[in-house]
Amino acid sequence: MDAIIKKRIKQVIKGDQDAFGEIVEIYKNSVYQLCFRMLGNSHEAEDIAQETFLRAYVNIKSFNQDLKFSTWLFRIATNLCIDRLRKKKPDYYLDAEVAGSEGLTMYSQIPSDTPLPETELESLELQEIVQKEILKLPEKYRSAIVLKYIEDLSLNEISEILELPLGTVKTRIHRGREALRQQLRYV
Amino acid sequence: MCPEHIIELMHQYLDEEIDPEKEQILREHLRSCKECEIIFNELKKTVAFVKSISNMQAPADFTAHVLARLPKEKKKVLAARLLRNHPFLSAASLFVVLMMGSLFSTWSQDREFSVTNQKNLVVKNNTVIVPKGEVVKGDVVVRNGKLKIEGEIQGDVTVIHGEKYLASAGHVTGQIDEVNEVFDWIWYQMKKSAKEVTGFFEQ
Repeated sequence: MDAIIKKRIKQVIKGDQDAFGEIVEIYKNSVYQLCFRMLGNSHEAEDIAQETFLRAYVNIKSFNQDLKFSTWLFRIATNLCIDRLRKKKPDYYLDAEVAGSEGLTMYSQIPSDTPLPETELESLELQEIVQKEILKLPEKYRSAIVLKYIEDLSLNEISEILELPLGTVKTRIHRGREALRQQLRYV
Repeated sequence: MCPEHIIELMHQYLDEEIDPEKEQILREHLRSCKECEIIFNELKKTVAFVKSISNMQAPADFTAHVLARLPKEKKKVLAARLLRNHPFLSAASLFVVLMMGSLFSTWSQDREFSVTNQKNLVVKNNTVIVPKGEVVKGDVVVRNGKLKIEGEIQGDVTVIHGEKYLASAGHVTGQIDEVNEVFDWIWYQMKKSAKEVTGFFEQ
């Protein structure tokens, strides 16, 4: 796997975009997932995930081959997500009035819950609840938790991605875990 | 309130970094402390919940969208891929390169005077003369020399790297070609090979 990636990177450095396409295929799901869990909406997640690969392509020559490629890629993605979160202002509020309508708020635009098979409904709800709680975490805990539990990475890899000492990473994961426990304990 | 150091051990356990001694301490404490046991179970449940949502896929056309946004590819790479994917093309281009090489070298080496051996031709100091009133039947090719046509040639005339004089009384029934530049030379060679090939099929 690593050997394939190294070979592809050499081809990309020569300017071969097909080789880059293969790299995108390999990592697209994990990068997209990381962005989605960090940002909480699919549109922004796709945008930032694409931007991640674009940056990787443009800066591929500065990639240090001693590092794991995924580490470098996840570092770009996390930084872009955090930048986006800092710039982000809420686009709209649910209780804002819809333009051109009298007294209608965004609440009325949300479709009512359609009945689903009970187990599916439950697991969907659980997913949504967990996602919502992850999004409530401060971004520094959120990135550590997402990398640890969603991307299933080791503490050492996370410390390399976030460019933080191992101890700091552990503290962030502990605090994130504790905050989530408080929110999810009665679910 | 649970002791801080036990909470710390729980996190070490969840990080899979606890040593067996400390794990023993944690387990013993949990057996005796209901409150800590609850917290520990809640932490484990939380981790399981968070892990359970990790299953997402990028949109179907994600890779295509990324590739569409990349800066343009270098021409060199495009050509290289084209040749790799179409072996016939690379064979053909190699053939052309070799052909060009041999053509250029023959053009620059071939400086000897020569003329097609035809009856009635008079050769004087690198000048070929078709005398007045004489009729030459067939094509005439002159290399590195002059051609003076005072009589008649019933065929094509080609002068390579030289000059031709067509006297007012002179007459050529076929085509007249003068080749003085490399590119003329290549064009002439191509026409000749094409003629040979078609001639081969006609036979």
